[in-house]
Amino acid sequence: MSAHHHKETFVTKYIFSLDHKMISKQFLVTGMIMGVIGVLMSLLFRLQIAWPEHSFSIIEAFLPERFQSEAGVMKPDIYLALVTIHGTIMVFFVLTAGLSGTFSNLLIPLQIGARDMASGFMNCLSYWLFFISSVIMVISLFVQAGPASAGWTIYPPLSALPQAIPGSGTGMTLWLVSMAIFIAQSLIGSLNYIVTILNLRTKGMTMTRLPLTMWALFITAIIGVVSFPVLFSAALLLIFDRSFGTSFYLSDIFIGGEVLNYQGGSPVLFEHLFWFLGHPEVYIVLLPALGLTSEIISTNSRKPIFGYRAMIGSIMAIAFLSTIVWGHHMFISGMNPFLGSVFTFTTLLIAIPSAVKAFNYITTLWKGNLQFNPAMLFSIGLVSTFITGGLTGIVLGDSALDINVHDTYFVVAHFHLVMGVSAIYGMYAGIYHWFPKMYGRMMNKTLGYIHFWITAIAAYGVFFPMHFIGLAGLPRRYYTNTNFPLFDDLANVNQVMTVFALIGGAAQIVFLVNFFMSIYKGKVASQNPWRSNTLEWTTPVEHIHGNWPGEIPEVYRWPYDYSKVDENGEYIFGEDYIMQTVPLKAGEQES
Amino acid sequence: MLALFYFFVAVAFAIGVWQVNKLLTYRVIFKEIKDGKKIITFENDNNPIATEKDNDIQGKLFLIFLVGFYLFMGYCLIYLHDLMLPDAASIEGEDYDNLYIITFWLIGIVQFITQALLYFFSYKYRGIKGRKATFFADSHKLELIWTTIPTVVLAVLILYGLSIWNDVTDLEGDEAIVVEVYAKQFAWEARYAGRDNELGRGNVRNISGANTMGIDMSDEHAADDIPVRELHLPVGKKVVFKFRSQDVLHSAYMPHFRAQMNCVPGMVTEFGFTPKYTTEEMRQQEDVILKVASVNAAREANGEEPYEFDYLLLCNKICGPSHYNMQMKIVVESEKDYLIWLNQQKTAKELF
Ligand code: HEM
Ligand SMILES: [Cu+2]
Ligand SMILES: [Cu+2]
Repeated sequence: MSAHHHKETFVTKYIFSLDHKMISKQFLVTGMIMGVIGVLMSLLFRLQIAWPEHSFSIIEAFLPERFQSEAGVMKPDIYLALVTIHGTIMVFFVLTAGLSGTFSNLLIPLQIGARDMASGFMNCLSYWLFFISSVIMVISLFVQAGPASAGWTIYPPLSALPQAIPGSGTGMTLWLVSMAIFIAQSLIGSLNYIVTILNLRTKGMTMTRLPLTMWALFITAIIGVVSFPVLFSAALLLIFDRSFGTSFYLSDIFIGGEVLNYQGGSPVLFEHLFWFLGHPEVYIVLLPALGLTSEIISTNSRKPIFGYRAMIGSIMAIAFLSTIVWGHHMFISGMNPFLGSVFTFTTLLIAIPSAVKAFNYITTLWKGNLQFNPAMLFSIGLVSTFITGGLTGIVLGDSALDINVHDTYFVVAHFHLVMGVSAIYGMYAGIYHWFPKMYGRMMNKTLGYIHFWITAIAAYGVFFPMHFIGLAGLPRRYYTNTNFPLFDDLANVNQVMTVFALIGGAAQIVFLVNFFMSIYKGKVASQNPWRSNTLEWTTPVEHIHGNWPGEIPEVYRWPYDYSKVDENGEYIFGEDYIMQTVPLKAGEQES
Repeated sequence: MLALFYFFVAVAFAIGVWQVNKLLTYRVIFKEIKDGKKIITFENDNNPIATEKDNDIQGKLFLIFLVGFYLFMGYCLIYLHDLMLPDAASIEGEDYDNLYIITFWLIGIVQFITQALLYFFSYKYRGIKGRKATFFADSHKLELIWTTIPTVVLAVLILYGLSIWNDVTDLEGDEAIVVEVYAKQFAWEARYAGRDNELGRGNVRNISGANTMGIDMSDEHAADDIPVRELHLPVGKKVVFKFRSQDVLHSAYMPHFRAQMNCVPGMVTEFGFTPKYTTEEMRQQEDVILKVASVNAAREANGEEPYEFDYLLLCNKICGPSHYNMQMKIVVESEKDYLIWLNQQKTAKELF
């Protein structure tokens, strides 16, 4: 690596920065802005589903007039548009780019002991592509007929035919363009992460001395490289069908009083391609969160993470299995029932490594000396929602049981807990924990506590009762349930859930205030505030190019030597943590 | 409601500003150095890192949260129970319900145990100054246990689940009644196979006038087909549904029968079941009575007409703006009544 000693201007420092630490902040802030948009949308459509067709001044204020059927009431297709863009933004822009982008960029060089990413240019390019795709997605909200409205899964023919829903016109085109750029962004970023981790580890940093965060980010990048291109092809074929009259996904369609000129295609093909990315995608979202959490739980328990090698093994098992379970989203798509059996088998297999991870976290807490920093609270919250949400996966993964709950609110509850809430918790945990590394200051602790407890109560308040309305047979993506007397007694439950959602949404303001004010006013951080073992805490608080002022430190041990004692039961180095840069003491066994 | 939201926003914002401002309240501290000289330092007593007191408070909050969470789960399990779907109204659904009950007991128990461990450990091992955490990095025995147990349990679930799946999806065999269910934005239609119990071919290219399902009248099986707008099924007889869609994906969802299948343009999908209770009998089922009572309580509060139970077919795949309003009534009745009804319907040949 060349030492970077070129002159810096405002543009090279803050805008087209090649420094991984700055790029990670760019990812984070962009992700947060998208997150605010995504969450606001969900509050709007929750208002509609809880008080159908009531007039709300907030809806009147936020939505253009043409999106309202009467003042303050959204139109049915706009309800679907909000659901669609909410899903897209949260899954891809916040929890993929916002989460992986931020922490891969920040932590990979720092934790493996590298001066920067393998390619600073690709890194910068990846951020700016992400930025462009975010801008296009936001612009799509303003097109005349409304944004894409076919669900975040954009199944054709609905997504292919503007006659079927207005959002499938220009809105859908922009969605596809934005996502194509997004995929390019993700691929460029992932390749860079993989290469960096494989090649730029400092002396002594063997693969089995990598922090679990690194393992998680590494495997996540590999899953991304394997599966995102398939979504790209799916999108490309959809663009062909929409614009050039091909029939990959379309056949025998009669709509708007005429037969369309498509023959021989099948939407089921699209479902296969989509979910070949779609299922791995849920792990692309979840694994980084679990990786951050592993680090935080171990540090704050003052104990090694339990079963380090088993954790690596389960990450790899999950990564492998996640590419052969996609069919569990399609049990009743019309695909051959025998295939359904195969996917049931592989899907329930993936529950095993997931269970191992959950048990290992719980064991890590056992007999620890837990330090309840805000990051730790969110990590414990993550384990809780991961279990609650993961268990319902056993219901959904069983093809026989899925028949009756597929596409109901039960699925919505499942994936919000296991993926949505868990990954958001992981992201918050990461922000609270590494804020001192990013901004050189500390976030306020009390605000962190308030933020956690309100969020924790609100999240279960929204998503736990949701299982039951799903088991009552309530389909997802309904504009209102009032047309079915069968569901009239669920209205109360829906209202309670919406109130919890509003409370939870408001609690995030506590976080935003804390975040932005701490950047300027937070207490100045010490070099290693959490008394952690990993390499990033050996760099100076002030950011410098190349991360370490002198030589890159050498690594002599794994990252989890917390509370390690000698034969007499005394801490080996007098402290309850031993940084990776500390050589083994004479007679000390490597753990 | 909205006022409440604004209120929360205001409170959240106020707390935020108040707290961060507290950060700025540095205290002036005078320290004496040996020779009587005083120096002044500024210190802030708001420690951003968890102290022993914080650990204590947060640990206890976790315990309280655990209790609250248990109560909340219990409340949902007990009070939301009546809202859920009644026992299956099809023969095949009985197995479904069995598997469902076994699975829910299982995940319920695991949920209650693991959450208890998680939050209880958080409370029990909350940090205390001077306490040494136990260096416990690995135990192959423990890991073996919690790999094996889930594996065995899941193996049992998989086997039982797959045997049911095979039964449900096996539509070969003895004379089932064949019914086509036809989806379009935003309505359902249906077609009985008629005397020959074989449906005439259909394709959207044949749609014209009254022939809204695109039945190919040149097919010899088509003439006796019976297009209808309401489904009637005889109790105790296996029905095999053939699903088609004319425009986008839809999903035919008949929750009381534990039945669902996507309707895919360009292809025919199928599903089958055997109705177990007539609509009248179903209305007398205990959990249906409970469910209807809870629906009617809600309706009365809104000043709406009371509701009477009916089987329903609804759309469960996002299909356009009026996806939320795409339903068809299903009547299950004795075979005699069913035949009477069927004979009153016009055949395709009579209609067009
Ligand atoms: C561990 C992390 C997991 C994540 C992040 C996750 C995420 C998701 C998501 C996003 C969906 C929604 C798809 C849709 O739009 O319909 C979903 C559905 C599903 N999940 Fe998971 N899941 C996880 C774990 C599991 C596990 C452990 C299982 C099975 C043992 C499972 C089985 C399923 C099945 C079968 C569906 C499809 C249900 C349906 O559409 O009817 N998931 N999951
Ligand atoms: Cu999946
Ligand atoms: Cu539909």
